[in-house]
Amino acid sequence: MTAPLLETKQRSFIAPQMAGRLSVAWLVAGGVFVLLWLAGDEVAKWAFAYPKDWFIPAAKWVSLFMKWLINDASFGIFTFTDLTRFIAAIIDLPYRFVLSLFATGFLSGQGSSAVQIVPPLSWIAVTGVVAMMGYFAGGRRLAIGVAACFGFLAVFGQWSSAMVTLASILVAVPIGVVGGLLLGIASYRWQRFERAITPALDLMQTIPVFAYLVPILVLFGFGPTAAIVATVIYAMPPMTRITTLALRGVPSEVRDLGRMIGCTRRQMTWRVMVPSAQESLMVGVNQVIMLSLNMVIIASMIGAGGLGFDVLAALRRLQIGAGLEAGFAIVALAIALDRLSQAYAWKVSQPHVETSRTSFAARNPYTLAALGLIVVSGVLGLIMPSFQNYPETLTLSTGSFWDEIVKWININFFDTLEAIKNAVLLNILIPFKRFLGDLPWLGVTGILAFAGWRLGGWRLALLIGALAALIAATGQWEKAMITVYLCGISVIFAALIGVPVGIIAAERERLWRGVQVVIDTLQTLPSFVYLMPVVMLFRVGDFTAMIAVVAYSVVPAIRYTVLGIRRVDPKLIEAGLAMGCTPWQLLTKIKLKLALPEILLGINQTIMFALSMLVITALVGTRDLGQEVYIALTKADTGRGIVAGLAVAFIAIIADRLISAGAQRTRKRLGLV
Amino acid sequence: MRFSTLKHAAIALTFSSAVTLSPALAQESTDPIKLTLHDWTGQLITTEIMGEVLKKAGYSVEYVQADYLAQFAGLESGDLHVAMEMWETTGRDAMDASTATGKTEVFGPTGMQAKEEWWYPEYMKEKCPGLPNWEALKDEKCAEAFSTAETAPKGRYLGGPVTWGGFDDERVEALDLPFEVIHAGTDAALFAELESAYQRQAPIMLWIYAPHWAPAKYKGEWVEFPEYTKECYTDPKWGSNPDALYDCGKPFGDIWKVGWAGVKDKWPGAYKAIKAFTLNNDEMGKMITEVDLDGKSVSDVVQAWMGENEPRWSEWIKK
Repeated sequence: MTAPLLETKQRSFIAPQMAGRLSVAWLVAGGVFVLLWLAGDEVAKWAFAYPKDWFIPAAKWVSLFMKWLINDASFGIFTFTDLTRFIAAIIDLPYRFVLSLFATGFLSGQGSSAVQIVPPLSWIAVTGVVAMMGYFAGGRRLAIGVAACFGFLAVFGQWSSAMVTLASILVAVPIGVVGGLLLGIASYRWQRFERAITPALDLMQTIPVFAYLVPILVLFGFGPTAAIVATVIYAMPPMTRITTLALRGVPSEVRDLGRMIGCTRRQMTWRVMVPSAQESLMVGVNQVIMLSLNMVIIASMIGAGGLGFDVLAALRRLQIGAGLEAGFAIVALAIALDRLSQAYAWKVSQPHVETSRTSFAARNPYTLAALGLIVVSGVLGLIMPSFQNYPETLTLSTGSFWDEIVKWININFFDTLEAIKNAVLLNILIPFKRFLGDLPWLGVTGILAFAGWRLGGWRLALLIGALAALIAATGQWEKAMITVYLCGISVIFAALIGVPVGIIAAERERLWRGVQVVIDTLQTLPSFVYLMPVVMLFRVGDFTAMIAVVAYSVVPAIRYTVLGIRRVDPKLIEAGLAMGCTPWQLLTKIKLKLALPEILLGINQTIMFALSMLVITALVGTRDLGQEVYIALTKADTGRGIVAGLAVAFIAIIADRLISAGAQRTRKRLGLV
Repeated sequence: MRFSTLKHAAIALTFSSAVTLSPALAQESTDPIKLTLHDWTGQLITTEIMGEVLKKAGYSVEYVQADYLAQFAGLESGDLHVAMEMWETTGRDAMDASTATGKTEVFGPTGMQAKEEWWYPEYMKEKCPGLPNWEALKDEKCAEAFSTAETAPKGRYLGGPVTWGGFDDERVEALDLPFEVIHAGTDAALFAELESAYQRQAPIMLWIYAPHWAPAKYKGEWVEFPEYTKECYTDPKWGSNPDALYDCGKPFGDIWKVGWAGVKDKWPGAYKAIKAFTLNNDEMGKMITEVDLDGKSVSDVVQAWMGENEPRWSEWIKK
């Protein structure tokens, strides 16, 4: 994207205006809009349906560009494809190693003629080692929790698939975290860089993966490496965003201290700023882990295998129970990885106690114990196979239990559910869809640009107007409106559920722990797993899609609300108490106001998450841009897919910029800046 | 269950034996041949049979999980080598686009025939006695029996994903059927709805294809439309509606084997074996049922087939 980009957060110029003038301007704009909408049909037909002759053949251009990039682009000595293949080979090295370690064992030879030289880590060794890591970082409780998660994988017969998935996650997450951190630091340091990267981050997070899957496959080769690349592209943006935000949030006293003791720039970043921002940074790490695991299904479509493949295969056979088991195995992995990483970060941030003991064994009891366990269980595994692989006879399965439950609900409650669905559909969804569908593109573009002008000045207006017009000019207007309708309704529901839940959970540690499990589950349990039972109960269509989108996008609304409220300075709350605030006043006048930046970031992320679910909802028969992307994928039409994907991204950017600008204005008025 | 009989099996078999003997295996690459696995049982079975046969011939084989359509990128670049099931009915466009690049090649038909058509559960016959004849659907009462709140008084027909094509919207119009076409997004969603309706013995009319486990699990029938001919899709004059195309049923079609164009030179013997491979719908239907409904593992079913059909597959890899 080369359009002039805006840094709305930094915008200091807002024309001072009186409330009266504001509403007059809005009245005039609204009046023109309504006039165009109602009477324009005869005068200017082209304002409603974008004339075909004016279409920009963007899809063709993109396809041609991709063709050039893949076949002809060259840096002289090597071609672009050589470069991407080289990157793929570099990523492949650690991946092969980790895969061998956990899943396949170290092999000599290739394919089916390969011979195993060293077996992979046994299930006992892996479970034992993660339990020890848990004990080291977080004590007995964490050890038991982590061991239970891995035990679940073994007992439910998901071990081998889970290890394949784990291997790709263990490669993708560090790349995503380090890359995101570096980009975040860079954009904190250099404003120019931030301006350049913000739209790129928006694009990375909102262009549906299906849109760029085909070029990635061609450039990086078919298989796990391409899946890792796609995963990193999708999972990294939140880390970058949160890093920048967290560094900004470091109290100025800390910065001053750093300056006073004479830190160099590098020391300042790594010894002062990053450690002080650690708590917020860990939210970023959490997001990278969760989003990476979220990609497991799509990654399995391009050769990553593992649990994602099991989920897809089970649901194609309508074995809801089997799909759910594989789905929960993904959740178990997510929770174990997340809790371990959180505990480690906390441990590292604690003051270091220098020990006088010098022997290696005394300093590294855990490392030695882990190595011992690996060797012992490995050797025992050669004699007794059950030490190497969890014995098949002892695996559990919920069998047809879940299928029976869904059947029971289906038979007994279908009519009730159908009545609820029809009520929501007929009274909310369909009227809203019709309303949006009837609006003239020119009017909507105009009013959006106008809103941009009022909220952030003419540059914002220009950007938003241009993006909206581009959607129409590439012939996507109708589908874009269906997208706005589906996501808009879902985001409203998600915010209505998520923000209150976050407020309640923020100050109740126990409840928060429970809520965390629920939202981690929602975020990592592949939507596909619950989508099929939902289809059984609600049929294919918009309502089913909406349930899936809400279930997924409610997560950031909750998470960021909690983060915001917890970051409120306790001194301010004390001050409020001292002044005799009621709990309600305390909440509305102090906590919510101060937590507003995070809550708005949460809503922003809710919109991004909702848009990223479009690909999944395409699988239950929507007619929006997500479907367009999906169709393009099935026809391997790169241009069509990317153009539709960009339209999704444009919607996201418009929403994001308007919300940010509005929030900025509100905060100024409240004196928060 | 209905499976059409096959003519291609025999043709392909004779074709393979007619080819002259290949050079010794020693000259061929020892790199693993990568076969793609998709997410439906029939394809897993087909691929594993091919893989096992190639292993018997001394080749190294690797299975790679890949998406049905996304795999073409891998096949063109040579990252992947063989895809065992490309359905005429759903994958033709992607296949043609890919082979046009010259980087992939069709390895001939698998011998299996894809069948797809409008389908209804048996219990719906009471409500619409004229079935399976398509003309029964023109009756408004009959169509209403298939309706839901959103489509009433029209009947509701659940079509396949938009990407499958199939011209159902056009068919409804051409045959003047009082039905509304709703597109499911995936076939998982398609069968989820069928399962749901079947449990409640509720009305449903949907797109079903074979070979698949569904016609084995659920009792029902395909609607009998005027039989498909090429003219029906190209010449409006054909059929009951003189002004419209698609006034007939859906075509049957082959299921093709496709792969990287380099296979021929890299593994000539394997290339011949892959080309010679054939199965028929009845065999496949039986195996799919064993896996999906009887709960056997794919490997067990494949091994059983290998045991029973040794003369057949050893012919494919004969030097």
